[in-house]
Amino acid sequence: MLAFVLRRLASAVPTLFIVVTISFFLMRFAPGGPFNLERPLPPATMENIMRTYQLDQPLWRQYVTYISNAVQGDFGPSYIYKDNTVAELIGKGLPYSMELGLYALLLALIGGVTLGTIAALRQNSVLDFSIMSLATVGTTIPNFVVGPVLTLIFAIVLSLLPAGGWGDGSFSYLLLPMIALALPQLAVFARLTRGSMIEALHADHIRTARAYGLPPRIVVITHAMRGALLPVVSYLAPCAAALMTGSAVVETIFTIPGIGRYFVLGALNRDYTLVMGTVVLIAIFVIVFNLVVDLIYGLLDPRVRHD
Amino acid sequence: MIGTEENILSIRDLKVDFSTPDGTVNAVKGIGFDIKAGETLAVVGESGSGKSQTMMGIMGLLANNGSVRGSAKYRGKELVGLPKSELNKVRGAKITMIFQEPMTSLDPLYTIGRQIAEPILYHRGGSRKEARQRVLELLELVGIPDPARRIDSYPHELSGGQRQRVMIAMALANEPDVLIADEPTTALDVTIQAQILKLLRSLQERFGMAIVLITHDLGIVRHFAERVVVMRRGEVVEQGTTEQIFESPTSSYTRMLIDAEPHGRKMPPAKNAPIILEGRDVTVDFQIGKGLFSKGPKVFRAVDGVTIRLHEGQTIGVVGESGSGKSTLGRALLRLLPSDGAYRFGKQDISWHDRKQMRSLRKEMQLVFQDPYGSLSPRQTVGEVITEGLLVHEPGLNKADRDRRAIAALQEVGLDPKARNRYPHEFSGGQRQRIAIARAMILKPRVVILDEPTSALDRSVQGQVIDLLRKLQADHNLSYVFISHDLSVVKAISDYVIVMKNGEIVEQGETDAIFETPKADYTKALIGAAFSV
Repeated sequence: MLAFVLRRLASAVPTLFIVVTISFFLMRFAPGGPFNLERPLPPATMENIMRTYQLDQPLWRQYVTYISNAVQGDFGPSYIYKDNTVAELIGKGLPYSMELGLYALLLALIGGVTLGTIAALRQNSVLDFSIMSLATVGTTIPNFVVGPVLTLIFAIVLSLLPAGGWGDGSFSYLLLPMIALALPQLAVFARLTRGSMIEALHADHIRTARAYGLPPRIVVITHAMRGALLPVVSYLAPCAAALMTGSAVVETIFTIPGIGRYFVLGALNRDYTLVMGTVVLIAIFVIVFNLVVDLIYGLLDPRVRHD
Repeated sequence: MIGTEENILSIRDLKVDFSTPDGTVNAVKGIGFDIKAGETLAVVGESGSGKSQTMMGIMGLLANNGSVRGSAKYRGKELVGLPKSELNKVRGAKITMIFQEPMTSLDPLYTIGRQIAEPILYHRGGSRKEARQRVLELLELVGIPDPARRIDSYPHELSGGQRQRVMIAMALANEPDVLIADEPTTALDVTIQAQILKLLRSLQERFGMAIVLITHDLGIVRHFAERVVVMRRGEVVEQGTTEQIFESPTSSYTRMLIDAEPHGRKMPPAKNAPIILEGRDVTVDFQIGKGLFSKGPKVFRAVDGVTIRLHEGQTIGVVGESGSGKSTLGRALLRLLPSDGAYRFGKQDISWHDRKQMRSLRKEMQLVFQDPYGSLSPRQTVGEVITEGLLVHEPGLNKADRDRRAIAALQEVGLDPKARNRYPHEFSGGQRQRIAIARAMILKPRVVILDEPTSALDRSVQGQVIDLLRKLQADHNLSYVFISHDLSVVKAISDYVIVMKNGEIVEQGETDAIFETPKADYTKALIGAAFSV
């Protein structure tokens, strides 16, 4: 088990390296640059800036410099948030995004699995149909619509909850953005659970459990659900990574001081270092969550246990 | 043990219906029979006869679209229409079941110890520790070696035969009155089949439960059951003692079932027929467990230095249990997978042929698979399925030519030529196997490798397919390699038999010699298990 974890972490190094390399060059080959403003800067100033940020160096040297700095944890200064390093920006925003993302993940997972299971057990009933229609709605309505609608209803009309901001970090501030963030994922979890649960309930060993008079609770939860959760667990990794690294849309609508907007703003402004920092962060999240998911998989299914 | 006269389970006017998009299907149409305490009753029928659905209906295990009516009384207590919570007190305790598929009937995610313990804990209560003790006794009883270690194994760590033993342990756990065995040995190798049946019989002698054996295999019935119920299309055709049924059956259907055992023999090939296909020292290795960071590849040798010479007009039967390498040998002979050895087709050395060179020979060497359901594309019409090979091998033909060939091929395998405009799912298993044979025959091959072509079919249909294969062989001077685990079928079609085990030839010889004076112990065990269960 420990050997498995170490082996996986070792193989993460080349993965990260490839991700960093590809995104480094993709960014540089995109037209424009961080300081190409609508009103061009005077050539002397431009030259000065380029020298300061070492952008006048040949590309391969910039790359080598970036890699050797990044290995030491230095992701460079941000080009648009001029007084901050990338590490500072991410360090400040990440706790907010992670906290919000974690709650959204829990809501999506618990809500989705519960609804999916109910739908599977009542397959083709009115209940099943309503849950699955809601799930479709959840996936199709984008959260820049859901967010404002939630704000309109709960903050403005009913005045129950604050319309935005982090406030004192209490739950009332988190509730609306959390729902907006969770809804599409909840729908995915519900669909996945329903599908795999229906399949699991038709398995031969479920027939065995029924033939031996085991009560429905044991048949469904102990025998069907455990197997049915496997595909759900696989989806957990990309979903957790996406939710916990912040959403530009939701964080902007609810004015959450997270890191979600950095990726979008960074990409639009050619803020090379900020984009690279976010990319590395997301890659690390994906790698770590995939590892966690594989370990959970091993716990759930003895056939893929890692030794 | 001979049953007493007490009826332990009485079935009267039992009906099982399934509602489907095409209307209601009456799977069981008002049948009745009794099961006496301690007896062995065989319920016999071909697929679709309703034999399994009768028992599933009584046990409340029908699919969601199924419903059961009528009466099934266990010791006077009506089971049909009983609420699930009440039925749960009977099933798994008083009436237990074992199933056909030992590979999938156990939950892959829990240890066998835990799964056997579950019904004990639920029906009898008691502590986990007591239940575990009971599980150990049961595993010992059903002949699982080293129960103290095996109790914590997962199903995938056991063989098929061992899993069926685990199911039997589970079935015995609460000392039932009736044990329903639904095709308990169909998915197992013949030598394992015999062991499982022997185990069931000895356990019955010891505990005295009644056994209901649901099966399509009359060989088992004759040696195992005391009474027989014959079912066809949801109705009971005939019932009586085993002796009555086999010696003086009253219904023509029963007689047909008994006679369906493949019989007759193949005409021997011409004396000095030339060799058409030869494989010398055929060896096939599979690499297993090779990953980015794992230590070196492991090699599994599936076929180990087998030599086979097929003459024109000859049939060589290749016999063995699962894992013996017989199917792999067939694929290696067709050069469908990487293998070592020297291969000849006719006078041509094909040992070093690459895929492109082999392609021109494919027309001459065809393959028919076991599963007539999975090996025909469901999205092509039968006509498209069988003429597809012509597009590759005889590109000069136009559409009308191909259609003529399709008609001829279908007629040759005994199907209505109109079938070519329909889709495979509209046909029965036997008809689909005829389609698969037509697909091979349309190319006018010289060698056909038949990989378990009759194993998925009912006995009566098997006989017809064997007759068809023999006729086609005589008409076209075909050569067959007939791969099968079913010795009675092999006997009916082969000139020469090769017995394989663990990738090697255990014994080979003329069919008569093999069946009448087998030399190797393994061959004797196979024959013994197949013909005198």
